[in-house]
Amino acid sequence: MAKKSFIVVLVVALLILGSFPQAFGAEKGPYSVGAVFSVTGGASFLGEPERNTVKMIEEWVNAAGGIKGHPLKVIVEDTKSDEGQAVLSVRKLLEKDKVIAIIGPSTTGESMAVVPIMEKEKTPLISCAAALSIVTPKDEEERILSAKTFEMPRKQNKWIFKSPQTDTSAVETIYDHMKKKGISRVAIITVTVGFGDFGRKELKRVAPVYGISIVADERYGPKDSDMTVQLTKIKGTNAQAVVNWSVGPPQVIITKNWKQLDMKIPLYQSHGFGSKRNIELAGGAAEGVLCPLGRLVVAEKIKADHPQKAVIMKYKTEYEKRFKTDVSTFGGHAWDALYMVIDALKGAGPHKAKIRDYLETKIRNWPGTGGIFNISPEDHTGLKKDAFEMIFVKNGDWAFAD
Amino acid sequence: MTFSSQLIQFFFTGLTLGSIYALVALGFTMIYNSTGIINLAQGEFVMLGGLIIVFCTMVLKIPLLMAFVLTVTVVTLVGALFERLAIHPLKNASVITLIIITLAGSILFRGLAMFLWGKDPYALPPFSGGKPWHFLGASLQLQIFWILAVTVVVVFGIAFFFNHTLVGKAMTACAFNPLAARLVGIDVRKMVLFSFALSATLGAIAGALITPITLMEYERGPLLTLKGFAAAVLGGLGSGAGSIVAGFIIGILESLGAGLISSGYKDAIALLVLLVILWVKPSGLFGSAEASELKKF
Repeated sequence: MAKKSFIVVLVVALLILGSFPQAFGAEKGPYSVGAVFSVTGGASFLGEPERNTVKMIEEWVNAAGGIKGHPLKVIVEDTKSDEGQAVLSVRKLLEKDKVIAIIGPSTTGESMAVVPIMEKEKTPLISCAAALSIVTPKDEEERILSAKTFEMPRKQNKWIFKSPQTDTSAVETIYDHMKKKGISRVAIITVTVGFGDFGRKELKRVAPVYGISIVADERYGPKDSDMTVQLTKIKGTNAQAVVNWSVGPPQVIITKNWKQLDMKIPLYQSHGFGSKRNIELAGGAAEGVLCPLGRLVVAEKIKADHPQKAVIMKYKTEYEKRFKTDVSTFGGHAWDALYMVIDALKGAGPHKAKIRDYLETKIRNWPGTGGIFNISPEDHTGLKKDAFEMIFVKNGDWAFAD
Repeated sequence: MTFSSQLIQFFFTGLTLGSIYALVALGFTMIYNSTGIINLAQGEFVMLGGLIIVFCTMVLKIPLLMAFVLTVTVVTLVGALFERLAIHPLKNASVITLIIITLAGSILFRGLAMFLWGKDPYALPPFSGGKPWHFLGASLQLQIFWILAVTVVVVFGIAFFFNHTLVGKAMTACAFNPLAARLVGIDVRKMVLFSFALSATLGAIAGALITPITLMEYERGPLLTLKGFAAAVLGGLGSGAGSIVAGFIIGILESLGAGLISSGYKDAIALLVLLVILWVKPSGLFGSAEASELKKF
């Protein structure tokens, strides 16, 4: 009898133990953060470094004892560079994994697709894509686009933030440089995907502010293999410079075509050009190409007392040591986004609304890889044009442009 | 830059694009003729050709000419192997099943290429160095002439093969009537193997030729498959000469459409012309209406 009741007690004890694994041992539950990146597919050059970066940070944080004792769990979903898949991934993270916040997606198009869901589910999102439209509500965007003078948004999507510098800032940096060089007639050539569309919109909108007129407006597809036709048309105009807005292989093809057509006018690329591989792939044709880039790509050349120096050097050396490949600005966007979430978790705890408030009010003078962030209710990016440096390609390397 | 030199520039760009489409379309036609199927992995042969020649010249440091031959051989073997492993074992499969298998093949090749080469694009230096050639105000890359010259040689080589060699004639016979071909003692299944190998050869040549101009990455295939297929249909599916001419037509239309009308709508312009032609003449430019009624597609 005694033996029987002992067994019953044992079984009950085991059952209780089994159902409350966390009640025993002082383990605290993990903080789950979702990450939605284009790890494969057309935008994989964005998603892969982003995935690598967040996985590296996750390991560091957990090796250092987690966030206030809670382990950090970053759940990475691959969107295959597809907008539909991005939506599915976000739904999975919200409904199945119950994440506190999401970072990503990698591209503008995918980000735009998931913005309505995040707003509805009231969960913070820090996108790793650049367009102003991601963080700006539609009506506010229409207001600034139809405004007679150049305006920046005053309202932002409540739950949406983003870590890359805005296209507008990149455009301003380019136009600043042109103004200094006395260039006033510009031809633009853009890719027909989200990144190119938004870049084109901003190039046209900001131009009058800097006294620049757009004399040609050419387009091409993301998989096109030759842009001599478009550049030939531009050559037939009186443009004093060409601005290309795209990411991935087309930038390299344009650069080669520009050299091949022996165009005498300078070629400006967008901030999407910031990978050393582009210079290698262009095989010498990239000499002289100008582009606005974040300081990460010129890490060694920044002055030691610059506030970003420490974070940039740490990211660059650790990433390159571990993945045996050059660091890219894209991975840096994921770095900034994840560290903002980590800071918010430390400061505000695992509450979606408190994290949102923290991001909006406490990320001030916050040095990241992309710039010094100053997020406010009017600006969910927190970066101005000073986040960029005008860079040009010299002897197969980046150099500061004068 | 004057309008006439712009036109020349557009025209040559169109010729370059067109010769690639023509080679892909020719590959489609060959397999279609011997099997009645559309090989949706055709663009992947081009992609493999480009990536393997980069690997041979850049990593293995093999001289270009040898690398070219090696690349074409390897991809031809891949094409033959694909037929042996994926198409051959299915004895009485329907045409649609086989087409779906080629689709699976294309996904497989893309996956393997991504695994082996990663997702970055690769560059190859032009076959001959030197400055672009200036012609009436247009500047033309020397690689364009390589592409055009090799395409011409290949097209004549293929014509010779089909009209003057026993194997080529046997393949033509299979295309006309597989049953009759079998009755006169032609091994039809072997001809199917040859057709896959040969169209892989064409794909590899195209891939090796365009890589210096366009770079190459693992997912370049589908778009080339699409354009090549459009050319094959426009030429009248099954007509070799038709597919070549149609390839050039689509390439030139695309480039003129981009240059003269709008670069944003260039694909639409080319495909619109395709639709109009097929509406007026459903059998394609070079296909006969009578023959097309007998075809499955």
